[in-house]
Amino acid sequence: MSATTETPLLELRGISRRFEKKLDFAGKIARFLGAPLREEVVHAVDDVTLGIRKGEVVGLVGESGCGKSTLGRVAAGIMPPSNGQVLWRGKDVTKLDGPASREARLRAQMIFQDPYASLNPRMRVEDIVGEAPLVHGMTTRAGFGPYVEEQIRRAGLDPAFKRRYPHQFSGGQRQRIGIARALAVKPEFIVCDEAVAALDVSIQAQILNLFMKLRQELDLTYLFISHDLSVVEHLSDRVVIMYLGRVVEQAPAEEIFARANHPYTVSLLASVPRIEARKRAFTTVKGEIPSPLNPPTGCHFHPRCPHAMPRCSQEVPKLREIAPGHLSACHLNG
Amino acid sequence: MSTTLEVRNLRTHFFTRAGVVKAVDGVSFTVGRGQVLGLVGESGSGKTVTGFSIIGLVDPPGRVVEGEILFHGRNLATANEEELRHLRGNRIAMIFQDPMMTLNPVLRVDTQMIETVLAHEKVSREEARQRSRDALGMVGIPSPDERLKSYPHQFSGGMRQRVAIAIALLHRPELIIADEPTTALDVTIQGQILAEVQKLAATTGTSLIWITHDLSVVAGLADEIAVMYAGRIVEGGEVGAVLDAPMHPYTVGLIGSVPSRNRRGEPLRQIPGMTPSLLKLPAGCAFRSRCPRADEACLVEPDLLELRPGRRARCFHPHLEGVGA
Repeated sequence: MSATTETPLLELRGISRRFEKKLDFAGKIARFLGAPLREEVVHAVDDVTLGIRKGEVVGLVGESGCGKSTLGRVAAGIMPPSNGQVLWRGKDVTKLDGPASREARLRAQMIFQDPYASLNPRMRVEDIVGEAPLVHGMTTRAGFGPYVEEQIRRAGLDPAFKRRYPHQFSGGQRQRIGIARALAVKPEFIVCDEAVAALDVSIQAQILNLFMKLRQELDLTYLFISHDLSVVEHLSDRVVIMYLGRVVEQAPAEEIFARANHPYTVSLLASVPRIEARKRAFTTVKGEIPSPLNPPTGCHFHPRCPHAMPRCSQEVPKLREIAPGHLSACHLNG
Repeated sequence: MSTTLEVRNLRTHFFTRAGVVKAVDGVSFTVGRGQVLGLVGESGSGKTVTGFSIIGLVDPPGRVVEGEILFHGRNLATANEEELRHLRGNRIAMIFQDPMMTLNPVLRVDTQMIETVLAHEKVSREEARQRSRDALGMVGIPSPDERLKSYPHQFSGGMRQRVAIAIALLHRPELIIADEPTTALDVTIQGQILAEVQKLAATTGTSLIWITHDLSVVAGLADEIAVMYAGRIVEGGEVGAVLDAPMHPYTVGLIGSVPSRNRRGEPLRQIPGMTPSLLKLPAGCAFRSRCPRADEACLVEPDLLELRPGRRARCFHPHLEGVGA
């Protein structure tokens, strides 16, 4: 699978993203006077390489602070990486400018977690959905109405609602508006950042079904970011697990749920409550997720890992192929 | 098994300008000593308001308009504020979804915990501190002596929730009402908290009402389950029995829409439509408009009946195939 010569639709090469907190004026003075202050740097994403093929659904899983949303934003092109390249069909998009850059941005769209915060409360649905296509010349003033109606209908909403404002909709309906907005500019690649996390179970099922239907109809490629392993398992062809800014394991979905290799993945899978489980003792991973401000040395997972060896605290394990298409970053693999 | 709490025909309504919202409309259940009841429902089903009603925290325009809340036989629905104040935090404790609802951000953890101890018991400050320290240790907070001196913002989300749980445990309450306490936490941290809670319920005999939308959490934690829809309990019974062979079409739909219950990549079984507004509930069964089994009979509100021993459902057309007699 990894040996295919086909150029991936989107390729992230050695992506890093740092967030720096500069000292303000008072902080600088305090440091000058001897206070132990320093500029803080968070390595939200640390040297991640990932290829996504046309038509594939890649699930990106991790706990809070692991950098999955940041990586998603870099992939969607709404946040520039600090280092590394983003290649679209083999071409570096960070180096494009002018119309080519604009076109590149339209090809990747994003759907956000919070259907309440991601829609402008002062805009009507038709403008939320239709503004971008109008600006980018995908529709005209004359064709605006039918175009918007088509988009709204495709997302499973009644076009009669198009003159309404976001507050008049429920959470699930708002998420459909967000989907209609993303699809209105005819993207090929969609980043869904926890797109169903805020929804009730029965509504979540409706939205997940919509994602799968749209994938078939429009030949879409998804990067599906979630903390919910059961959702990812259901939807994804390939799963990528992140921990504190690094990819620790990636494999085809069946493979990762059947034969997880990295101790973090194993403990993550063990922690997930399952409906099949009956009254039982919950298994736990010891310790907390360390602060990304000051991550552990070597393998980031070593303080919580049941198999940690001296080597793990000194050397960063490399992401290596342990089976066809199955990559893991652990020293236990030799 | 002795009964810790018995709720009978509880109705909590909110008198808003737009009309009367019947958030809880005739809910009855019992919780035995050391038992865990999972109260499951989607947003707006009334599960949180049920919890708030028990502990007397419903604010105007809401009001408990009917029903009995018998805590060891004493009716809390008619108890005065003074009486409730003695019970709250002492014999009945609550854990909220957001631990910052419990914690005061400008006070150190030790101040808050010692205050809680002294509010209900006449002990020395030193003893109160000792109790607080032990409670923090019990919920798995490392180096509790140092952590007592921290402020809430110095804790991570999971640790804050542990502190909130520790405060709930200070007086060894007989009943804890936990409202989605792990929903905002990461899975590995959620696993740790669930393990602690489970251990506590087993060792101290504390009864627990665990309010959640997540069936998977309840599956591993609860003894009994009550599924709520639009202010009413639509199904109840032993957790394994309900999850293995649900009788109410809503429960069937809810379980069916959990991704792990479906074949990978296949469309998920979904419940059509959405939860109705509590302001304009349709007459009869509230689930009628979304139900594949609904017919004319459903225009009348069905009662919650014991259809099989220990299995209650509020439906005229329950799924009885595969349900043991």
